[in-house]
Amino acid sequence: MLHIKCPHCGMRSQNEFSYGGDASVKRPELNKEISDEEWDNFVYNRKSLRGKHLELWQHLSGCRQWIKVERDTATHEIFNTYKADEEIS
Amino acid sequence: MTQKFRLENGGLINRDKKLSFKFNGKKYYGYEGDTLASALIANGVHLVGRSFKYHRPRGFFGAGVDEPYAIVQLYRNNETEPNIKATEQELFEGLEAKSVNCWPSVNFDIGAINNFLKIFLPAGFYYKTFMWPKSFWYRVYEPFIRKAAGLGVASTKHDKERYEHKYEYCDLLIAGSGPSGLASAYAAAKNGARVILAEDKPRFGGSLLTSDVNIGNQSGEDWANSIISELKEMPNVVVKNRSQVFGYYDHNMLVMSEKVSDHLPKTKKYHPKQRLWYIRAKEVLISSGSIERPLVFGNNDTPGVMLSSAAKEYLKVYGVLVGKNPLVFTNNDSGYETAIEFKKNGVNPIILDSRVNPQSEIIDEAINLGIKIKFSHVVVAAQGYKKVSSADIAKISDDKKQLGTLENIKCDCICVSGFWTPTIHLASQSGNKTKFKEEIDAFVPGTSKQKETTLGAANGIFTLEETLKDSFIAGQDLSKKITNNDNKISFPNVVEKKSSQHDKFWCVPLPKGKSYKRFLDFQNDVAVSDIEIALKEGYRSIEHVKRYTTLGMATDQGKTSNLNGLQLVSDIENKVVPAVGHTTFRPPYTPISIGAIVGREVGQHSKPTRKSPMHSWHEKNNAVFVDAGVWLRPRYYQQGSETLFEASKREAKNVRTNVGVCDVTTLGKIDIKGPDAAELLNRVYTNAWLKLPVGKARYGVMLREDGIVMDDGTTTRISENHYHMTTTTAQAANVLSHLEYYLQLVWPELNVNVVSTTEQWAGAAIAGPKSRKLLEKLLPNNDVSNEGLPFMGYMESELFGVKARIFRISFSGELAYEVNVESNNGQFMWEKIIELGQEFQVQPYGTEALSTLRIEMGHVAGSELDGRTISYDTSLEGLISKKKDFIGKRSLNREAFTSSDRQKIVGVVPLDKKTSIPEGSHLVKDAQAPLPNKKLGHISASCWSVEHDNPFSLAILKDGKNMIGEKLFVMSPLKNKVIPVEIVSSHYVDPKGERVRS
Repeated sequence: MLHIKCPHCGMRSQNEFSYGGDASVKRPELNKEISDEEWDNFVYNRKSLRGKHLELWQHLSGCRQWIKVERDTATHEIFNTYKADEEIS
Repeated sequence: MTQKFRLENGGLINRDKKLSFKFNGKKYYGYEGDTLASALIANGVHLVGRSFKYHRPRGFFGAGVDEPYAIVQLYRNNETEPNIKATEQELFEGLEAKSVNCWPSVNFDIGAINNFLKIFLPAGFYYKTFMWPKSFWYRVYEPFIRKAAGLGVASTKHDKERYEHKYEYCDLLIAGSGPSGLASAYAAAKNGARVILAEDKPRFGGSLLTSDVNIGNQSGEDWANSIISELKEMPNVVVKNRSQVFGYYDHNMLVMSEKVSDHLPKTKKYHPKQRLWYIRAKEVLISSGSIERPLVFGNNDTPGVMLSSAAKEYLKVYGVLVGKNPLVFTNNDSGYETAIEFKKNGVNPIILDSRVNPQSEIIDEAINLGIKIKFSHVVVAAQGYKKVSSADIAKISDDKKQLGTLENIKCDCICVSGFWTPTIHLASQSGNKTKFKEEIDAFVPGTSKQKETTLGAANGIFTLEETLKDSFIAGQDLSKKITNNDNKISFPNVVEKKSSQHDKFWCVPLPKGKSYKRFLDFQNDVAVSDIEIALKEGYRSIEHVKRYTTLGMATDQGKTSNLNGLQLVSDIENKVVPAVGHTTFRPPYTPISIGAIVGREVGQHSKPTRKSPMHSWHEKNNAVFVDAGVWLRPRYYQQGSETLFEASKREAKNVRTNVGVCDVTTLGKIDIKGPDAAELLNRVYTNAWLKLPVGKARYGVMLREDGIVMDDGTTTRISENHYHMTTTTAQAANVLSHLEYYLQLVWPELNVNVVSTTEQWAGAAIAGPKSRKLLEKLLPNNDVSNEGLPFMGYMESELFGVKARIFRISFSGELAYEVNVESNNGQFMWEKIIELGQEFQVQPYGTEALSTLRIEMGHVAGSELDGRTISYDTSLEGLISKKKDFIGKRSLNREAFTSSDRQKIVGVVPLDKKTSIPEGSHLVKDAQAPLPNKKLGHISASCWSVEHDNPFSLAILKDGKNMIGEKLFVMSPLKNKVIPVEIVSSHYVDPKGERVRS
């Protein structure tokens, strides 16, 4: 079971969180004309990375905040966690 | 019966407490502190089971967790449990156990015929043989194999024992309480670290209990006891025996199984049988020791052949002789230690040492004691069927390839030692890439992967002094990092005998003309010849060889066999062992009972049960409940001997003619506040929300980004910036997460807060033509006329002094209202409705009637919004705004969603107006068409229409829009039904929706 540092609450076990997928995906702006391909990429197409991956988790049974977690998908090492609105350098 | 093999004195057992027990129906005696194995051996019982494949007689091989043979069926307190190791099961008064894998009895086992057929049962036999003809598998092969095989029977009764889970955090978790575990725990504890020390056996001390050493002028055992008693007194230390750390998972989480009550005749009241500990440790010290390696020779599975360390443990811990005429066969000094213990207790052993001329303090001691030693000698084969009676021995050439003349010597046991294999399972599970250590011919942990440090024998270090030094330092250094304390501990003086190098020899060649089985895996009956066949047939990867031969795949996971298997493969392949590599170690290290894994989440506790505030009223009024997600909801209220069908018809009918009341507390409720709340709703729902006036409700549908309908419900504008959203019961949690996702990540600029208020409000739906009359009685001071409270209107009121929210919304299609009060007042509200509704013939209705009402009305619910349908399919496309963008809109122009024959919801009526249509059935054009018959749609929900008094169903049908009036067939192969039907509108009752507005 992973041990995730919620930037709001501190270290918590994985069973308090739910996974939310790739954090680098950006929703296209509302009312903006976009191609089928762009939309398709947003809704469906994801990279299945081996290695460092920035992903979303929600601290569901805690503060209910969505957070960003930088995790190695192969080793499960967590390098850093960020608040939803935090700038990631 | 006397305990003929018990010594007069000695051992750590309590001789004052004699215990009786039964094995295979026969009564024996042992002592408190015995295991079932030690007590049986004390009674001279060595035949405990039959082997898995050849049904060869099985005795005892080890004295603990590594035991491959002595697996029994245990009977305790009217329960039975399979897969119990006699070497681990502690004796208690009245214990009963039976042999497994034998029929009719362990002494006369019909399956033993396999032993004589063994030439026909080589590796892969089952794969090759039971293939053809295919139909034979179910009728002939499988029943035969099932009857012949198996290591016990699982109980079919409900397990009444209690199993608990515990979550724990610590600075250092130390797995194993041998010298390294004790030393590191002591050092860390003295530094103030929070320490958990786990020992799988009942007694702490590991090898110190059986080895002839001296620490700080105390015997090893005394030193262990003094350290343990000091640790037990320390508030920062948890010391647990009978506790096996069996799994090392991600982020330093380990799981330990504590056998709290298995050693007692009966679990004490309120005590668990076992407890599973989930431990998150900052540092993990693996001091799991090592397991002695067998030597491989002919018939080396005969009862009486056992590990020399086990023989020593039976002697020193239990005061039991495994034989009175022992032969010790060794390639290192460990065998000598066992022989010396025999000699000290008046038994004369013979040592066969494969080495040419080894010299060490231990060997000198054996010589001085007058023990007979034959160097360069090996056991070629054990003789005897149910017990060793003699051994064929021979001199072996220096290159270990040639055997001299065979000589037969009498003996009643053969104690083997092929050196030691570090127990690296936990380290390997942590992700540690192990490395091969040439000097000990075994794998040891490599670089730490997580926060694990392996110490002592588990790390391939076999001298006590080095082990203690390393462990004191590790305990001190690791705890210092955590606590910043630096309490130095002085190293005790250690006295131990020096050993000489072991012999890199482990498998005795076959003598000319003999074809003895030489076993590698004792539980799965894998012999040297099986590995040879696998390699001949082209298997190369050790993982494939393992699966083809089943080497190491038994319940002992090859604790005694893996390394010998690897040695053999590398010998045949002319490779070095590290090039062959080892198979993966996976948790659990040893079998864990299913009960312990499940814990207390059984039966009613498998998930939390949520009940509405009106639950006790429902109970008192004969409600029959149904699980709705985690909620319990009344399905129907039974009157007399009514069936579900009759009751739901009555309840639904009463709604259509009078008035009914339904508990709708379970509906998801989300409170939405903030200046941008309307904007949020406008983006989340498909229809327009910006102009909804205060005091009005609106029905809305929300989509996922891929265009599929996610949920529906009504949302009411309570005040300028305050909305009350309802969701379906099932989707409540998902919808809240969905809103939070968009507010926190996608549109953080929206100034809105959302919070679940599902549990804060109790809800009652009052539905039926007389509902307004009832409401007038409930709210005498309010104007609830069609003008005062129109359809989709909202008002706040007081219900006899209780704050209430009144919504004029309808799911049943009748004139209806929903009343919400704070949860605490739910029961009060409900009772008032029932009381004042008597004159209007009010009746409560459950989910079954609720379904009936919504189905015949054509209102969609979860069975239509099933994660595969879009707004069009469910006839909700009218709610799609063309003017604004919303979540999922861009997906709606996908080709499949816009095709002209897109599926759509329709009504289905059987032509005979009698036959009920099973939900999930398929709609087809031609019932006689050959299979696969093309499916045009499926039945999503069925009911008995109370309005029309005939069956009615909803279906999602291809090109549903143009199918009204068509005649099709409903097919249900499951129910073996073919029903001719007519397709009608999904709005079977009040198609214009006049009633809700009346």
